[in-house]
Amino acid sequence: MTEFQGTELKVIVFQLKDEEYAIPVQQVRSIEKVQHITRVPRTPDFVKGVINLRGVVTPIIDLRTRFGLEEAAISESTRVIIVTLDEIEVGFIVDAANDVVDIPADAIESAPEVMDTAQVDYINGVAKMGKRLLILLNLEKLLNNQELKVAK
Amino acid sequence: MDMSQYLEVFIDESKEHLQTINEQLLELEKSPEDVTIVNEIFRSAHTLKGMSATMGFEDLANLTHQMENVLDAIRNHQIQVTPDILDVVFRAVDDLEAMVNSIGEGGDGKRDVTEVVQQLKLIEQGKTPVSAEPTSKPSSSQIHTQTYGEFEYNVLQQSKEQGFTSYAIRIQLRADCLLKAARVFMIFEALEQVGEIIKSNPPAELLEQEQFDQEFIVTVISKENKEDLYKRIMQVSEVEEVVITPLDLEQIGMELQQAEAALTQTEEKSEKTEKQEKASTARQAAAGNKTIRVNIERLDSLMNLFEELVIDRGRLEQISRELNHPELQETVERMSRISGDLQNIILNMRMVPVETVFNRFPRMVRQLARDLGKKVNLEIIGAETELDRTVIDEIGDPLVHLLRNAIDHGIETPDVRRAKGKPEEGTIKLKAYHSGNHVFIEIEDDGAGINREKVLKKAISKGIISEQNATNLTDKQVYELIFSSGFSTADKISDISGRGVGLDVVKSTIESLGGSITIDSHEGAGSVFSIQLPLTLSIISVLLVEIQNEKYAIPLSSIIETAIVKKESILHAHNQKVIDFRGKVVPLLFLKDIFEVPVHKEEGDFLSVVIVRKGDKMAGLVVDSFIGQQEIVLKSLGNYLTNVFAISGATILGDGQVALIIDCNALIK
Repeated sequence: MTEFQGTELKVIVFQLKDEEYAIPVQQVRSIEKVQHITRVPRTPDFVKGVINLRGVVTPIIDLRTRFGLEEAAISESTRVIIVTLDEIEVGFIVDAANDVVDIPADAIESAPEVMDTAQVDYINGVAKMGKRLLILLNLEKLLNNQELKVAK
Repeated sequence: MDMSQYLEVFIDESKEHLQTINEQLLELEKSPEDVTIVNEIFRSAHTLKGMSATMGFEDLANLTHQMENVLDAIRNHQIQVTPDILDVVFRAVDDLEAMVNSIGEGGDGKRDVTEVVQQLKLIEQGKTPVSAEPTSKPSSSQIHTQTYGEFEYNVLQQSKEQGFTSYAIRIQLRADCLLKAARVFMIFEALEQVGEIIKSNPPAELLEQEQFDQEFIVTVISKENKEDLYKRIMQVSEVEEVVITPLDLEQIGMELQQAEAALTQTEEKSEKTEKQEKASTARQAAAGNKTIRVNIERLDSLMNLFEELVIDRGRLEQISRELNHPELQETVERMSRISGDLQNIILNMRMVPVETVFNRFPRMVRQLARDLGKKVNLEIIGAETELDRTVIDEIGDPLVHLLRNAIDHGIETPDVRRAKGKPEEGTIKLKAYHSGNHVFIEIEDDGAGINREKVLKKAISKGIISEQNATNLTDKQVYELIFSSGFSTADKISDISGRGVGLDVVKSTIESLGGSITIDSHEGAGSVFSIQLPLTLSIISVLLVEIQNEKYAIPLSSIIETAIVKKESILHAHNQKVIDFRGKVVPLLFLKDIFEVPVHKEEGDFLSVVIVRKGDKMAGLVVDSFIGQQEIVLKSLGNYLTNVFAISGATILGDGQVALIIDCNALIK
């Protein structure tokens, strides 16, 4: 463990459809169960609304919709991952979140070219961990999207 | 004689009294014959004097005393109130303020006030004061001699009668002493075992904070002799030198009398000390449970914790309803009531009336107007409007700037005003009010207004805009230009409203608070600067409504009334559904369509309509049902969802769910 320190990236791994995504653990505030979401009118369809997160009104983004996947019904394993970036705090609806993984720096590769170009924008890279393939998300790109600005 | 615990109370109270004096002096200027006002000032000044004497701030007490003498003369109609006299009194108040501030910042509250004292004396003797620049250099604290006030003198004398001896002990710590405060503490403790410390120089708080060099003086009364005291102190390590001198009480008494004579003190000394002491202890006792300072962060976390409690309360209420257990219901009801009261208290704790910022303005406006030779009347409206503490702290400077601007550039000189057919005295209205999700502060003057051509010319010459652009700008856009950096329209630069570096700073400060500023102006008639501030955390009253399965909150401030309208009475005007509401045609807005609410149930024959207004325009918001009026806590939607259409914020309802607050201003075009 110690010999890898500094070259490892601790990430939270979550699932969307059949793929596994990862967010650096520093950017994750908490993982919550799904609670009542209040819809906010006239926002992009991936903005599900807002929830009351211990007294703080927090916007919720459905990552499935955001990534162009079909919506899924909320199940027992559905989670909301609260992430924070600068002054922004939002929650992501994901199918499941149940793993914390240390990724060695040399396991991270840049996003493969064949991927959809629109997605490459908010993907930092791909980490190969044995049989698993983890997609590393870039929150800056994910949260500073143009679509929301258009919605204004 | 540990006064440190009273120090904060003393400073708070002193500031309050100074504020009262300031306000009342302004009143006095308006109605110089009113003796009740003089009495009011006198009372405040007297209390201040008593308090500062007890706390050992002699300069403060002396200056206040001198001021009191002048007030006394006014009260007894020996002298007439003139602006010149008030100028001097105001200057004295300024000095007092500076002293109190210096004490608040841990200083000794000393200040060279001889000139003001001199002038006050002249007034008292019925002469006109020679106006001179106030000198304000704080005298350096003496370390080698110790001075004593009346009160200390009294204590010393009493202790002598009881067989104690008083010593002034000069203690020097070693230059390499690391924990000076600890040594001081040890020395104090050693001395307090055998006597009592009357005074120390520097004061004990400064010693505790290690704000002294190597040396300090303490005055001690003790029955021990000099040598024993010396030994006791020398037992503390790292003490370099101890010099003990017995105090010569007669000498101190003489010095005191001289000082008093210089101040033409009339009252009987001992009687007064007693009175002061009594007055101030009474004050302190009363003040002890009056204020307490709490860190805002603590209030924030208290608030957040409490909101979680509210959510659980909602759940409990629901569970108790379902279980239908009488005892449980009773307990839950009681808990709800108590937590409701608690909620109000917590919310109110953070709110401060905007008065705390406004109350220093009348004084400032008066001074500025006098300096500029203008006549200005400041009207303050809505000072009781409450704002979140954090906003209050930031808004003072921008307002000062705008007021200065209005007096300097807005209001004309009396002769110009007369020539224009306006009253000589200009009026500046400072108005604060809540509206929807915001607090508005308006500064309105009836001065010259903004000259479009002049602004444009200046902006072009400064290279802020190009000549081609200039012609296309609307009036509003032109006024906006004066917020650009490097802009100043005054023909001559004065030191009142700065050198054109001000208004852009005002704008950026307000924007950093999440607010905005707009100008409206009519040339020759005056200008209005309107500041809109968000209520980052505030309570407003709303009407909760239901649209299908969703709940929304409409601020009561924009509601005129609610109505139930039959479907048949809807009229059509130009593709727009309208109703006839008390003889007025009011357009209907179907919130269900505007907010694209998913439809679950069909509407009946009647429509529930909330009539709202923006200025003189009205609209009827069609909802499904009214839930009721409620006080809510405003929350922002966060930094991700900024500028959602027609939604100004959100709130958390009793059941823990989020309800959105409708921004009626955005709905009415």
